[in-house]
Amino acid sequence: MKRIYVNEKWCLGCHLCEYNCAFANSGMKDMVLALKDKKIFPRIHIEGDERITFAVSCRHCTDPLCVKSCIAGAISKVDGVVKIDKTKCVGCLTCVLVCPHGALSLGEDGVMQKCELCLENACGKPACVTGCPNRAIVYEERGDKA
Amino acid sequence: MKKYVIIGNGTAAVGCVEGIRSVDKKSKITIISEEKHAVYSRPLISYYLEGKTDLHRMKYRGDSFCEDNDCRVLYGTRAVSIDPEKKLVALNDGAKLDYDALCVATGSRPFVPPFEGLETVEKKFSFMKLDDALALEGTLTKVARVLIVGAGLIGLKCAEGIRDRVGEITVCDLADRVLSSILDADCAKIVQERLEANGLHFLLGDTAVRFEKSKAVMKSGKTVEFDVLVLAVGVRANTELVKEAGGNVNRGIVVDEKLQTTLPCVFAAGDCAEGFDASIGANRVLAILPNAYLQGHAAGVNMAGGKACFDNAIPMNSIGFFGYHIMTAGAYDGEMIEEKTGSGVKRFFIGENRLKGYILLGEVERAGIYTSLIRERTPLDTIDFDLMKKVATNMIYSEKERRKTFGDVV
Ligand SMILES: Cc1cc2nc3c(=O)[nH]c(=O)nc-3n(C[C@H](O)[C@H](O)[C@H](O)COP(=O)(O)OP(=O)(O)OC[C@H]3O[C@@H](n4cnc5c(N)ncnc54)[C@H](O)[C@@H]3O)c2cc1C
Ligand code: SF4
Ligand code: SF4
Repeated sequence: MKRIYVNEKWCLGCHLCEYNCAFANSGMKDMVLALKDKKIFPRIHIEGDERITFAVSCRHCTDPLCVKSCIAGAISKVDGVVKIDKTKCVGCLTCVLVCPHGALSLGEDGVMQKCELCLENACGKPACVTGCPNRAIVYEERGDKA
Repeated sequence: MKKYVIIGNGTAAVGCVEGIRSVDKKSKITIISEEKHAVYSRPLISYYLEGKTDLHRMKYRGDSFCEDNDCRVLYGTRAVSIDPEKKLVALNDGAKLDYDALCVATGSRPFVPPFEGLETVEKKFSFMKLDDALALEGTLTKVARVLIVGAGLIGLKCAEGIRDRVGEITVCDLADRVLSSILDADCAKIVQERLEANGLHFLLGDTAVRFEKSKAVMKSGKTVEFDVLVLAVGVRANTELVKEAGGNVNRGIVVDEKLQTTLPCVFAAGDCAEGFDASIGANRVLAILPNAYLQGHAAGVNMAGGKACFDNAIPMNSIGFFGYHIMTAGAYDGEMIEEKTGSGVKRFFIGENRLKGYILLGEVERAGIYTSLIRERTPLDTIDFDLMKKVATNMIYSEKERRKTFGDVV
């Protein structure tokens, strides 16, 4: 399946992906109205220091520990995409406790959120990738693990 | 075609079904479920009372789970014995089920010590099952005084769930601190203060020794008047079926890393099982939901003839009270390194070049990165641990490791 891949050598650390993600998932039409002067809750985040930066979002793991550990049965993997049913999540953070990549965070509503590849919002494909000015994040097919 | 039987219908059973179906799509699966409800998320019973979920949303799997996985559930039915030679499970209604592979996923039950006068208490409850929560709910009133015996995870989650629906809550425990199974004394004190600020009263290092209707007489001689009593002293693994069939049982049903018991073709998983705990290098019951699923799944794969080995289980907990998050993992031995953060504390336990365990209060962002270091036994000299004492980050890894994680399929 197609996944998001990150090349840290090309990352500028501009944080645009965070803004594009927050906007894509805001359900709003106007980016300024959606984000200006607000604390944003993106599902991708930049880690790093002065020298190195890179974007972190869900890896849609072959063996997703979050799915197996969620105490509410709120996380599932459907056609390769790991998704959260926000109506079932109770915010216990057990998924944060187990995700080895640090890919989940609490949303504005106090419910867990994670990258779902923009497949179900208005974008239809990852907004972070579309908006990355230096192709440091790509969305492509690189095979699957057995 | 094989015949699979699972005793119990909780998380471990679901893991087992999904494990079996990852290998064998066809053979018959029968689940024996003493509880009459479709499989629900047991930890959510306190969230139900708190109004954060409801009976529909707290189902652990969707309504079509049994149909999709082609399994039959015998609701309201209890397995009473196992005959490992004839490969039969006897049920309380007299029927017998034959199996090729059996998974015992019977969970645990509340342990109720013999309190003097307990029979005189009218409204008393355990807090393990949905039916317990529903029965307790029927007694909640804005003026009710509730006494909870046990300041562990279950007792305190119950307290959080009902706080806004009752008048007053007192929690007592023989231990001198809250959450004594997962917190050290300093951290327990911080958490206790938070809980008190949210209206709970504590009597620690003290417990009820005698009940007289609506009065508890404590070990210290104090008395507590109450309307509703919740007993959350501890749990015991349901091991009897395997023990009586001649299988090896300690505190839980002894299983190997394939989740096999000492009885042929009999597996066990979840709260009833005692599997390998990599953080102490010995067998132990790990009564947490992720472990139930992971064990159940591995058991299912092996029952169906696949190859699954589950040898990196560790104790770990994520638990929140009134918006304050606590995470713990691993074992608390070795050198302790403390890091104070904005709203909390992080304590790391380091020894033999490994992260052995941690306690995080308040700030828990990306904590799974720490957990993974314990689970994978990552040598600390191969990463830059100092970088992540304040906040967990993937920067601790080498560029090569990061390329594997973020530039490749994981
Ligand atoms: C209030 C509460 C809060 C919790 N919170 C958390 C949490 O935040 N995080 C976490 O990780 N864990 C938590 N836990 C623990 C977690 O719920 C358990 O670890 C998990 O449910 C174990 O799953 P299991 O399938 O092994 O057993 P169970 O879910 O207990 O299922 C076993 C089932 O088997 C049935 N059964 C037993 N004997 C028989 C028989 N002879 N015949 C037929 N059926 C039988 C039982 O009725 C039961 O339905 C909590 C538990 C409680 C009670
Ligand atoms: S949230 Fe974490 S564990 Fe779950 S699939 Fe994504 S990267 Fe893997
Ligand atoms: S925070 Fe939500 S999604 Fe994560 S484990 Fe808890 S209930 Fe599941």
